[in-house]
Amino acid sequence: MKPRHKRMALVGAGVALLVGAVALVLNAFSDNMVFFFTPTQVAAKEAPQNRTFRIGGMVQDGSLQRQPDGTTVHFIVTDTAHAIPVTYTGALPDLFKEGKGVVAQGKLREDGVFAASEVLAKHDENYMPPEAAHALEQARKAQSTVVQ
Amino acid sequence: MNWESARQFWEMGGYGFFVWGSYGVTALLVAAELLLLARRTKQARALATQDAALARIDAERRSGS
Amino acid sequence: MSEPQSSAARLPGAPGFNLFHYASPQTFYPLAGRLLWPCWLLAAALCAIGLYIGFFVAPTDATQGDSYRIIFIHVPAAWMSMVVYLAMAFWCIVGLIFNTRLSFMMSSALAPTGALWAFVALWTGALWGKPTWGTYWVWDARLTSELILFFLYCGYMALQAAIDDPRRADRAGALIAIVGAVNVPIIYFSVKWWNTLHQGASVSLTAAPTMATTMLWGMLVMALAAWAYTVGAALLRVRAIMIERERHTDWVRQLAQGGGSRT
Repeated sequence: MKPRHKRMALVGAGVALLVGAVALVLNAFSDNMVFFFTPTQVAAKEAPQNRTFRIGGMVQDGSLQRQPDGTTVHFIVTDTAHAIPVTYTGALPDLFKEGKGVVAQGKLREDGVFAASEVLAKHDENYMPPEAAHALEQARKAQSTVVQ
Repeated sequence: MNWESARQFWEMGGYGFFVWGSYGVTALLVAAELLLLARRTKQARALATQDAALARIDAERRSGS
Repeated sequence: MSEPQSSAARLPGAPGFNLFHYASPQTFYPLAGRLLWPCWLLAAALCAIGLYIGFFVAPTDATQGDSYRIIFIHVPAAWMSMVVYLAMAFWCIVGLIFNTRLSFMMSSALAPTGALWAFVALWTGALWGKPTWGTYWVWDARLTSELILFFLYCGYMALQAAIDDPRRADRAGALIAIVGAVNVPIIYFSVKWWNTLHQGASVSLTAAPTMATTMLWGMLVMALAAWAYTVGAALLRVRAIMIERERHTDWVRQLAQGGGSRT
């Protein structure tokens, strides 16, 4: 390969990479900056209609119901202000739990149920050993019984 | 101590593939970078030595004539 | 340091120690050589300590199990990928202002190691995301902006390799380095500014860390190891670049004649 050709190939690759980077930036800034909508935003009709989007929030405690077919689950995603019922068929990630964060992709049906095609777990930035988590849980329970 | 046996350590609580896949590839990449760096340094020095020798021959020839 | 060998390198009015003394390749070359081994030893020692803490002292995480141990490599790599890019932009700015050729060489020397860290951050992130989130990749703001950082490193290196004239290559590269630096705060604050799948920062300047102490120590020691390694790699590379670019000058010829193996 002649040096000139090599140079042109490298410039071409550089330009292609830059164009790719800019395209990614623009793409990201247009739709994907809003990676998910909260139930409150969905209730306010801020989420796209008749199009796939993601909702994010907490899996409401006690809302997880496994259906008889074994792979379909129903649960409620909440941000404490509003809640959306979700139905999903498929494997759930390891960290999917009641009371924990979740992001689901799918469509909002006419009946207000969100039909998810993909469910991802969103964990928080806290890292602690199981004993500490257990102690925290106990403390939380003790507090809630005092309040009641 | 977190592990009771080497096997347990290797399995990483069922996440062995992900944990060792992370550490392994990182170690490989770092090793590759160090190798490439050593080669580049060697090549640069060889080139410089060659260049210096040529310059010396050139200078000797000029002073000789 | 009180008696610089070449008084010509001193700026008028500058005190005894003169930073500009080391701004020329021939004085910086031996200094970089002396710093190499301390860097390697420090990196190796810190890495050993960090891995020991990470795997044997730090407990299993309550929610993520042992998959969280990827953090000891993921977070230091991600930090370094951002710090190195800022350092590149810094040296490019210094080079453009003071017109010092060593500054641009420093910037070029940092780029491949920065790209390595960006790639490692993405790779380990993917392997961490699969067991925890349930996916290797999503186009959220944090992941996308880190991918763009990796492309910026690649673009910088490709552009420099494509231009034969080092001065023009330096200037073209400086443009990418300086303009691209805008991306770094975007990466850092993306988890605050937008809804992302990626969680927020566990360690920040403004709040107490949200990690168990031993976990935090493992991560910080590994981050220091990554620092030491990065400095070592950049110094080794900048020495090679100095010889490559200045091999027709007297100081490199003297160096080459005086036994190439000496530092």
